[in-house]
Amino acid sequence: MAGLHKSDFENPVINWIDTRLPIFTMLQKEYGVFPTPKNFNYFWNFGALAMVTLMIMIATGIFLAMNYTAHTSMAFDSVQRIMRDVNYGWLIRYVHANGASMFFLVTYIHIFRGMYYGSYKAPRELLWILGVVILLIMMATAFFGYVLPWGQMSYWGATVITNLFSAIPIVGEPIVTWLWGGFSVANPTLNRFFSLHYLLPFVLIGIVFLHVAALHVTGSNNPLGIDVKGPQDTLPFHPYYTVKDSVGLCLFLAIFAFFVFFAPNFFGAADNEIPANPLVTPAEIVPEWYLLPFYAILRSVPSKLGGVLMMFGSIGLLFVVPWLDTSPVRSCKFRPVYRWFLGLLVIACVVLGAVGAHRPEGIWVLLGRLGTIYYFLHFLVILPVVGKLERPLPLPESISKPVLPRGGGPLPAGAAAKPMEKA
Amino acid sequence: MMRWVSLAAAAALVSSLAVSAPVQAQETSLPRQNWSFAGPFGTFDRAAAQRGFQVYKEVCSTCHSMKLAYFRDLEGIGLSEEQIKAVAASVTLPDIGDDGAPIERPGLPADHFRSPFANEKAARAANNGAAPPDLSLIIKARDGGADYLYALLTGFSTAPATMKMGDGMNYNKYFAGNQIGMVAPLSEGRVEYADGTPASVNQMAKDVTTFLAYISEPETEMRKALGVKVVLFFLLMTGVTYAVKRKVWADVDH
Ligand code: HEC
Ligand code: HEM
Repeated sequence: MAGLHKSDFENPVINWIDTRLPIFTMLQKEYGVFPTPKNFNYFWNFGALAMVTLMIMIATGIFLAMNYTAHTSMAFDSVQRIMRDVNYGWLIRYVHANGASMFFLVTYIHIFRGMYYGSYKAPRELLWILGVVILLIMMATAFFGYVLPWGQMSYWGATVITNLFSAIPIVGEPIVTWLWGGFSVANPTLNRFFSLHYLLPFVLIGIVFLHVAALHVTGSNNPLGIDVKGPQDTLPFHPYYTVKDSVGLCLFLAIFAFFVFFAPNFFGAADNEIPANPLVTPAEIVPEWYLLPFYAILRSVPSKLGGVLMMFGSIGLLFVVPWLDTSPVRSCKFRPVYRWFLGLLVIACVVLGAVGAHRPEGIWVLLGRLGTIYYFLHFLVILPVVGKLERPLPLPESISKPVLPRGGGPLPAGAAAKPMEKA
Repeated sequence: MMRWVSLAAAAALVSSLAVSAPVQAQETSLPRQNWSFAGPFGTFDRAAAQRGFQVYKEVCSTCHSMKLAYFRDLEGIGLSEEQIKAVAASVTLPDIGDDGAPIERPGLPADHFRSPFANEKAARAANNGAAPPDLSLIIKARDGGADYLYALLTGFSTAPATMKMGDGMNYNKYFAGNQIGMVAPLSEGRVEYADGTPASVNQMAKDVTTFLAYISEPETEMRKALGVKVVLFFLLMTGVTYAVKRKVWADVDH
């Protein structure tokens, strides 16, 4: 019987399976007893929330696909049939549509968490890079999905975004024709976008798996950004973090449900309730909110090619963040200078988001340029330079003994290194 | 750390408000109305919606289609099965007979409303070059929704002397560009309401808007009723899991 796994499970059925395919042992190891830093705050909920949202998107998407028709003459009406004729079709569609916004909201907070606590630094660089790949695939998926209902914004959004590739010298035009499958956005375009929209979330699952696998090699970072020193610093994932993630999940689902049931079109555009019409251009072509900052960067650069390069560059930069940051300290808790710049970055992104929603006129042009300049300055100059110049605060000795006396005496309660507010 | 969470939430809120700002800016001049179907518990005023259906049938439907709606949808504004059958049967619809020849037959509750024109070109030709849009989704398809439709229907007047009007165009305060190809469809007493309500322009505008709000989102009442339960359930579960979390973590020194 060489090669069989020695299973510790009592239940004979589970034991039989586990001996031959040790998935129960694996689950137990990775999600049961998995040693997890004991000082997580609620920011550490967001990875799990993203995972759940991905599952929700796939589940609702499959049911939508059962009733959707990917043809330019029928797509709009087929979506309306889902809204009106399919039992609870409106619910499935509104969960999927608002779910995309929730997915980005959660993922952006998740990324911010990683930046604030320096989770991208060694040894978690590859984990971070996989995260950026996830973000890129999410964006592509959302873009393809938005085209499917074939409303005015679907059609014109697809036209504007695919046209960006025409900025590439020489091969630009042929690439656009190739993407379209013709000489304009038309039925072949809709068909391939549907195919890709169905495919990419499953690619996403694969990459999320690698992302989590890598996490389980390095172990999680924590709000103090210091390494785990021993078992006294950790707790088994279950029940401590399963229950803590459940709290966040329930609250998240309440907020999600609020939008689905009471403001289902809050994130939507009225123009997309009008069937696509190649002869009528909407007054304003605006992407969904989660792409607005990047759209703003695109439009802030006076040259088309420059804008396209800067837009893709703004995401590409994230790949090298682990090497742009020169500070030896992970958590912003101990980085008194950098944390202000990170706050500025958040403000710059919000401003860029607003800029993206407005016609590039008047004050919005200036704000767009300032936001774009700060975004790139932040990563290319501030991140490397501040890391070298800043004097970090003294780091605690370990997670369980977090308070390091500053200037001798014991620190008052609530000092900088307090591991976590009692949540 | 909750400070940070709330900060992030605030930032997200600010950004979403900023994002919806252009919409707001356009709406500022739109007078807001009190709609029976607004708010988390709002429902459609059945009497208003039925009067609105009469306005649609007798006025708007001569030019505007409502392709996505079925006769059976009228159940949602309180019409009985018999009434719906009668409404449907009063319309003839094109079909193909058993011998393959085109026929006209009376409508059934499961039929879509009949469009006034055979196609968009015919609609355009009959209306001075401007195609009357389909009204099935009109409340969702315009920024400002019901308030916009009401304002549009009540916003006709003679053009200011300074404005040069195009041929066959009409002045409307709320239409983008102020020149619309639709002639003011409503005038005092344009319909005669069965329930005796005086048919003022404002009354008819309000009624037909209520009806079209229902047609645009027939699931509204069901959605809101279910939503109250779902949101309360998750809020309750948040409380329960939080209590369990406190208990589980009680013995941890952190
Ligand atoms: C005589 C034909 C006619 C009648 C009757 C009519 N409409 Fe119109 N309507 C039009 C035309 C034509 C347009 C297109 C105007 C344009 O694009 O300039 C239009 C446009 C509209 C619009 C779109 C405005 C926009 O924002 O684009 C709405 C909403 C509308 N009508 C509602 C109604 C309602 C409600 C009624 C019934 C009370 C009605 N109409 C009756 C011909 C008509
Ligand atoms: C589909 C989207 C994503 C899913 C489902 C997902 C899932 C997860 C999960 C379950 C964890 C562990 C729990 C946690 O620490 O919160 C995690 C950790 C992490 N994720 Fe993601 N993630 C996603 C996107 C991203 C993106 C876009 C990035 C960065 C660009 C990213 C960066 C990280 C990092 C750095 C960690 C380790 C965090 C730490 O331990 O401090 N993730 N992710």
